[in-house]
Amino acid sequence: MATKKAKKKVSRKTSNTKKAAAKEHADHHHVDYVTVWKWLVGLLVISVVGPMFEIQALTLVTAFGIAVVKAYLVVKHFMHLNLEKRYVAYFVGTALVFMFLFYAGVSPDVMNHTGRNWSNVAAKQETQRVLQQIEAAKQSGHGHGDH
Amino acid sequence: MKPIATTRSATGTPTGRLAVWWVIASEIVIFGGLLGSYIMHRLGHPEFGDYASHTNTWIGAFNTLVLLTSSLTAVLAHQAAENKDGEKAFRLLMCTIGGALTFVLVKSVEWTIEITSGYTISSNAFWAFYYTAAGLHALHVIAGAIIMAFVAVDARQGRELQRVELVGIYWHFVDVVWIFLFPLLYIAK
Repeated sequence: MATKKAKKKVSRKTSNTKKAAAKEHADHHHVDYVTVWKWLVGLLVISVVGPMFEIQALTLVTAFGIAVVKAYLVVKHFMHLNLEKRYVAYFVGTALVFMFLFYAGVSPDVMNHTGRNWSNVAAKQETQRVLQQIEAAKQSGHGHGDH
Repeated sequence: MKPIATTRSATGTPTGRLAVWWVIASEIVIFGGLLGSYIMHRLGHPEFGDYASHTNTWIGAFNTLVLLTSSLTAVLAHQAAENKDGEKAFRLLMCTIGGALTFVLVKSVEWTIEITSGYTISSNAFWAFYYTAAGLHALHVIAGAIIMAFVAVDARQGRELQRVELVGIYWHFVDVVWIFLFPLLYIAK
């Protein structure tokens, strides 16, 4: 009896899985992958050309804003994350949240070279040394600083 | 007897696919930590902009195009596998592997030029990040190409076609990582 019930349960599960697979299959065919690829290539061209104008705001938008859009297109249309059960997006999203938590916790100490009761002397000196070298190289017409 | 990952779907998501998503979640933490560290150093050290000016944007852009195209062939292979066309899936996966080889070849030429010009992993913090991030990514590309070769051989014989999708998801993730590495290492100068 128990075996019969278990078998029925498995068969129902298999049927649900098959239905879900059929739905997924239909959804995949709504996407024209070549069109998505053309969009990605178009965005790549913009992300290369945009920073050539050397306007900081434009560089940020065209390089990094477009990277986010490109990643979204790949995750949605190629990885089909939107077709997965919602909990998959949740645990992938949790990994991203951990990344931002790490950034929020550590970045103030790295991005600043001085703070309340502390000073990163080595970082400050290194930055000043290289910037001075770059400036000197520019003045003497040699281009970039050392490596 | 088939492995449990290909026959079981206890959570409503095939176990093999769920496992790939778990791998990706852990990879996000690995690459996220690395890229996050790079970004905070980049913002704290204006001299990084000068160091980055020595990277070649055109080589980076070409490799981005290669990876985007290899992602297209990977997803088309997945589509072919869904249609039970193992032969077509095999051919498309081979194209993806071709993309991986092109990427690695271009990268090795690029690194040779940079190293012979004196920009090595120990030159300064920027180049240390550059070689670590791009090198870790390149290792993922190589690993993906090797796994894909096994999947492609099976697919050609009509075996384990569901694995085409699994290796594809991993491959697209490798592509997404590069999508962020490209502006960080090649464009922000």
